[in-house]
Amino acid sequence: MGNIKLREVSKSFGSTKVIPSIDLDIEDGEFVVFVGPSGCGKSTLLRLIAGLEDVTGGQILIDGKDATGLAPAKRGLSMVFQSYALYPHMSVRGNIAFPLKMAGEDKATIDRKVGEAARVLNLTDYLDRKPRQLSGGQRQRVAIGRAIVREPEAFLFDEPLSNLDAALRVNMRLEISELHQQLKTTMIYVTHDQVEAMTMADKIVVLQAGNIEQVGSPLELYKAPRNRFVAGFIGSPKMNFVEGAEAQKHGAQTIGIRPEHIAISKGEGTWQGTVGVSEHLGSDTFLHVNVDGLGTITARADGEMDVRHGDRVSLTPDSSKIHKFDQNGLAIR
Amino acid sequence: MATMQTKSAARLMMAPAVIALLLWMVVPLSMTLYFSTLNYNLFNPAQTPFIGFTNYSFFLSDPAFFTAIRNTLTLVAGVLVITVGGGILLALLLDQDFYGVNIVRLLAIAPFFVMPTVAALVWKNMMMNPVYGVIGQFLNFIGVGAIDWFSNAPLTAIIIIVAWQWLPFSTLILLTALQSLSEEQKEAAEMDGAGALSIFWYITLPHMARAITVVILIQTIFLLSIFAEIYVTTSGGPGLQTTNLPYLVYAQALLQFDVGGASAGGIVAVILANIVAFFLIRIIGKNLDA
Ligand SMILES: Nc1ncnc2c1ncn2[C@@H]1O[C@H](COP(=O)(O)OP(=O)(O)O)[C@@H](O)[C@H]1O
Ligand SMILES: [Mg+2]
Repeated sequence: MGNIKLREVSKSFGSTKVIPSIDLDIEDGEFVVFVGPSGCGKSTLLRLIAGLEDVTGGQILIDGKDATGLAPAKRGLSMVFQSYALYPHMSVRGNIAFPLKMAGEDKATIDRKVGEAARVLNLTDYLDRKPRQLSGGQRQRVAIGRAIVREPEAFLFDEPLSNLDAALRVNMRLEISELHQQLKTTMIYVTHDQVEAMTMADKIVVLQAGNIEQVGSPLELYKAPRNRFVAGFIGSPKMNFVEGAEAQKHGAQTIGIRPEHIAISKGEGTWQGTVGVSEHLGSDTFLHVNVDGLGTITARADGEMDVRHGDRVSLTPDSSKIHKFDQNGLAIR
Repeated sequence: MATMQTKSAARLMMAPAVIALLLWMVVPLSMTLYFSTLNYNLFNPAQTPFIGFTNYSFFLSDPAFFTAIRNTLTLVAGVLVITVGGGILLALLLDQDFYGVNIVRLLAIAPFFVMPTVAALVWKNMMMNPVYGVIGQFLNFIGVGAIDWFSNAPLTAIIIIVAWQWLPFSTLILLTALQSLSEEQKEAAEMDGAGALSIFWYITLPHMARAITVVILIQTIFLLSIFAEIYVTTSGGPGLQTTNLPYLVYAQALLQFDVGGASAGGIVAVILANIVAFFLIRIIGKNLDA
């Protein structure tokens, strides 16, 4: 069991209010991702759940029991830190065994569990090495190994992939998702990267300035963002926003349209513009088009599209995919 | 890539410095070696016949020599135990965040700036004097009764004085080591279920191992040659109870006017220092590898 509930949780450092008040339910076995721009309070929220920081107000319930005042070790949670925080003078074996040793397990149990974790994480050949003799990805796996041997109620990850290079990041992303499928343990995963959030999460929690902007599955957030912030944050490349007369036509302060929902043609269309930079990814081409009277609009074309800098094109947004926002930035449904 | 030409140019440029350094070390050492083979007494400096190893056999067979070696090693070991142990505790304390921590840190470092002679005089007359010393007064006050440190526990008294002087050094080095310990590691250990003592034992102490090694090596070098504190307080006495090797060499040369014997003692002291250094490096030097 590993459901976690936050009830009006708030946190201030001195006079700065980092988290005003958060209510959140995390179900057992869920993969929840906290996503938001840097400095929005994701790590702080995670550390509150872990017990590494004291809440200023509110309650944290783990498995229905009040854990607000409980010491970190007593909450039954494991954390994987951004810097891995491995113990440099201990071998990989020592690192993974450390939580078991602290829990007073006997030697045979420790050996068995460490061996098992090492096998799951492909670390068997490295058990006697020191962390500094490992690559970034291996260190990451040791940190995960140290987290799983305790068989926690839930795992907490704080931007675990941000120190890895792009290729490895994609690999580890898959490995962590795979691990979640195997263990079926609740995972809370913090990242500022919306791609990680979209690809891994069962449930995404979008944070801004310590407030929850929206909670939902990746597709819910993509299809029906609750406000302009979520609309702009989820999806890559970013949604285009248009204000003024064009938006008024749809009865909104602002309208938003994703690059993949705009048709490009050399003939007739809703908007006319001049092609600026085009980014060729092979499968897709992203065109930054300078639309007359609207400014720059990003649109996705297929990879074969043959346009050059300075060409005139016309863009036609798919009217059923246009998002409308009022003057407060809230979505109009 | 260094070419042949730049290599020989570099050798040429470095030569003066290397030669000066060599002279600096070799001349005094060889003069000492030379004197140690002469019967050179200041009462009769005109006649300095060559007598081979006689000075050495005299110095090494002198019962005072073994006492001096024992005192030297006791002094070094005693001070190391106090400064490393106390240094760790003080560093842990000063690493905390409390009101006025900067002033306390400054105060804790202050003893290091006091000259050894002054420190020894202050301790002798103001702290350890059985009649009007602060320690004596305090012990009287709590009913234990004053101790006449320099007659009853002279070597302990010297160890306390020297440890007081070196405690700031170890505290400072260990404090910087402590401050470089990542907060996340401690937090990870905390989440892994380690209590304060376990964190200290499994995380903090291994992290400080290298700094502790440095403290031990550097202090040993200086502690082997403690002199001023003994000269000012006990003059090696009572009897030979606080005579260490440097003080024995001094006594040989300037109290018995035997330059030859003192030189032999000096060479023995150098050899002893090297033996100690050898074993130290063997035992704890592996901590210095990255
Ligand atoms: N220990 C602290 N003391 C004071 N301010 C802090 C502390 N930790 C974090 N903050 C502030 O709280 C805000 C949120 O930080 P953090 O949770 O680390 O953001 P994120 O992980 O989303 O990038 C930041 O503005 C940061 O400056
Ligand atoms: Mg963070």
